[in-house]
Amino acid sequence: MTWETFLWTTLGAFLTLCTFSFLYKDNPFYKFAEHLVVGVSAGYFALVLWHQILIPNLFARLNDGDWYLLWLNSDQFWYIIPALLGVMMWTRFSKKYSWISRWPIALYMGIAAGMAVPREMHARVIEQLHSAMINIIDWNNFFGTSVFDTVSGIAKIIIFLGTLSALFYFFFSKEHSGIFKGISRFGIWILMIGFGASFGYTVMGRISLFVQRIQVLRDWTEISWLDSSSGGFIVFWFLTFGVFAVWAVFEIVTYFKNRGEVTE
Amino acid sequence: MKRQFPLALVFIFGFAMIIQYFIPHQHSEWVNAFFMDWMMIIGIFALALGIWSLTRVSWDKVKHKRENWQYAIVTLAGLFLMIFFGFDYFRHFSTAVGSDNYMYVHFYQYIVIPIQATMFSLLAFFIASAAYRAFRARSLLATLLLIAALVIMLRFNPLLGPLQPVMEKFSVWLLNVPNLAAKRAIVIGVGLGMVATALKVILGIERAYLGKD
Amino acid sequence: MNIFDRMMSLDRRWVFLLLAVVCVITFVWGFSVPITISDEVEAIYNRFDALQEGDMIYMSVDYDPNALAELHPSTYAIAEMCFRKKVKVIFGTLSNLGQGMVHQAITDITDSVKQDATYNGVFYEGREIQNGIDFVFLGYKPYPAMVIQAMGLDFRVPFPTDYYGTPIDSIPIMQGVKNFDQCELVLDLAAGNVAEMWITYGHGNYGVPLCLAVTGVMGADLYPYLGSGQIFGLAAGLLGAAQIEKLADNPGRAMDGMRIQLFAHIVIILFIVMGNIGFLATRKRHKL
Repeated sequence: MTWETFLWTTLGAFLTLCTFSFLYKDNPFYKFAEHLVVGVSAGYFALVLWHQILIPNLFARLNDGDWYLLWLNSDQFWYIIPALLGVMMWTRFSKKYSWISRWPIALYMGIAAGMAVPREMHARVIEQLHSAMINIIDWNNFFGTSVFDTVSGIAKIIIFLGTLSALFYFFFSKEHSGIFKGISRFGIWILMIGFGASFGYTVMGRISLFVQRIQVLRDWTEISWLDSSSGGFIVFWFLTFGVFAVWAVFEIVTYFKNRGEVTE
Repeated sequence: MKRQFPLALVFIFGFAMIIQYFIPHQHSEWVNAFFMDWMMIIGIFALALGIWSLTRVSWDKVKHKRENWQYAIVTLAGLFLMIFFGFDYFRHFSTAVGSDNYMYVHFYQYIVIPIQATMFSLLAFFIASAAYRAFRARSLLATLLLIAALVIMLRFNPLLGPLQPVMEKFSVWLLNVPNLAAKRAIVIGVGLGMVATALKVILGIERAYLGKD
Repeated sequence: MNIFDRMMSLDRRWVFLLLAVVCVITFVWGFSVPITISDEVEAIYNRFDALQEGDMIYMSVDYDPNALAELHPSTYAIAEMCFRKKVKVIFGTLSNLGQGMVHQAITDITDSVKQDATYNGVFYEGREIQNGIDFVFLGYKPYPAMVIQAMGLDFRVPFPTDYYGTPIDSIPIMQGVKNFDQCELVLDLAAGNVAEMWITYGHGNYGVPLCLAVTGVMGADLYPYLGSGQIFGLAAGLLGAAQIEKLADNPGRAMDGMRIQLFAHIVIILFIVMGNIGFLATRKRHKL
C-alpha cells in the first residue's frame, strides 16, 4: 500500500462520510461534497463528449485530408451538415434567433418518434398480447405439478384474466359500474400485488447500495500506509471521525441548550 | 416558416422512419444507419448545452453573490480542473491521451464514484423511514401490497426455518403470475401511450417541443 | 403522551441510526447465508456456461456509479467467466458516467485472470488478456435507442473507433464482425430504462438473444418480458448478483453483502409492523 493510494482512498472515505452526514441534517460538509460532484461529473462528461464522440464521430471524419483545406478535402465532407445542424441548436439561447433551433429539434423529434412507433408497438404491445393469449388453456397441465406451479393452465388463466382486468381498470372512458366495476376491482387487486412486489425489490435495491458503502469503508479502515503494527492508519481514521464527533457533540449540546431555553 | 417548416420536417421524417421499418432492403437499412449516425452528432451539441448552462448558472451565482455562492466556486473549480486534467494539462486536444491522465482517472474514481454511490445509498435510510411512517394497512388494497412486499423481502431469509421453502415457492409464483399480469398490463398501457404520443408529435398535434414564439 | 403517540412521532434519525447500527454489526459479525438459485438467474449462467472458446458476446455496461453496488459484482463474475473460457467479449456502455467504471473493471479482471484458478471443479490456467484480441471496449455514445439500432446494422456506424481511439477496422477481434449477428448473445447490465430499449431496439429489431442484469428497483417490472421470451434470463439486484457469483463459484462482494440484506429487511419489516401497531392503537383511541 503506497502513501498516495492511502491518501486517495482516505479522500474517497472522507467524501463518503461527508455525504452520509446529511442523514443527521444538511450541513457544509454535505453541501461541499454535493457541489463538488456536480462540477467534477460535468467536467468528466464534457471530456467524454469531446474524446469519445466529437473527435471520432465528427472531427476525424472531417479531417481526412490536409488541415489547410479543412473539411473540403475529406472523403466524408457531408458530415459538416449534422455539425451545422447541431450548432443551430445553440441559437436556443438567443431571443431573436431561437426559431432557428427548431429545425434540428424537429428533425430529431421526427426521427425519434418515427423510430418509436412500430418498434414500441411490436415490443410492448404485440409481443405482450401474443404471450398473454397464446396457449391460454393448457389442458395437459391444467392443475400443474403443485399449487405454486407457474406454468400450469390455472396460472396462465390467472395471468390472462389479471392482465385484462388491470387494463380494464385503466379504461376511464366508461364509468366503472356493474360488472365493469367488478372486473376493474379484480384488476386493482392484481396491480396492488404487482406494486407490492416492486416495493419489496426496491427495498432490497436500496439496502444493497448502503451495503456496498459499508464494504468500501471497511476496506479503507483495513489499509495502512505504514506497516500494520504501527497503527498509523488509526491516527488518520480518528482524525476524520474526530471532526464528525466534535461536530456531533456541538450539535447535541446546542440542542439541549435550546430545549432548556424553550422550557424556561 | 418559423413553425410550419419544423412541423413539416417532423411529419416527413417521422413517416419516413415508420415506412423504413417495413422495408427489409439493404437500401432501407442504409437510410436507417445514415439517420442514426447524423442524429448522434446533432444530439451531442444538445448535450453540450447542459454543461454550458451549469457553468452560466454557477458563474452567475458567484458574480452576484447569491445564497451559497461559495459552493458554486467548488462546482466551477471541479468542472475546470477535470477539463484541465482531461486535456492532459492542456497538452493534447485531438487525441484521447487525457482519458488516461492520472489526476483525471483518480478524480473520477475517488470523487465521483464515492459521492454518487453514497448519495443513492442514503435512499436506504429514507425508505426505512418512509416504511415506518407511511406504510399503513388502512384498507384491503394496502394490505395486499404490504403482504406482497413482505413475501418478496422474506423469501430467502433462513431465519424463517421450515417456512422458508414454502415462502420461496410462493414468492416465485407471486412474481411469475399476479406480478407478471400487473406489469404486463402496465407495459401494454405504456406502449400504447408511447405510440399515441409519438403519432401526436408526427402529426403536429403535440407541439410543446417548438417552444413559444 | 403514551407509548403509541411517541412511536408515531419518533424522529426519523433514530430510524436511520438503528438501521445503520444493525447493518454495521451484521457486517462485522462474519457469517454466511445460504443463497438459493432462481430459474431466471440459472438460465443466464447456463447460457454462458455453454459458450465455447472463440464465441463472441456483447456486454453492455449501462449503469452509473450509483448502481455500482448491485451490478458491478455481476460484471466481474461474468466477465471473468468469459475470459477464463476464452470467449471473446465486446464491451460497450450507454451510460455517460459508466466508462471509467468499465475501464477499471476490465483492468481488475485482466489482473485477476493472470492467476491460476479453479471454478466449479474446472482448472483454468492464468493467462494474459489482451485488448484487441480477447476483448474490445467500444466506449460510450449518447442516445441509447439510436446507438442500439445503429449497432444492429454495423458496429462501425456509432463506433468508428474504440475507447482508446483505435479504428475498429484495425482491431483483430473485430475482423469479420459486423453486428449482433456475429454475437452469441447480449448481456445488458442496466440501471435505468436502457434495459427496455435493448428489448425494443435490440431484441425486437434484430432478434438477438438478450439477458438482463438490473437493479432491484427494476427487477419486478421486467417479468413480462421474461414470460414472453423477449429475454431469456433476468438477474435483479444484489440477490441476482449473489446467485451469479454462487453459480460461477466466484464469491465476491454480492455474496458477502447478502447477510446484511437479510437483517436490514428484518429491521424494515419490524418498523412497518411497529408503525402499523401504533397507527391501529391511535386510530382506535381517536374513534373512542
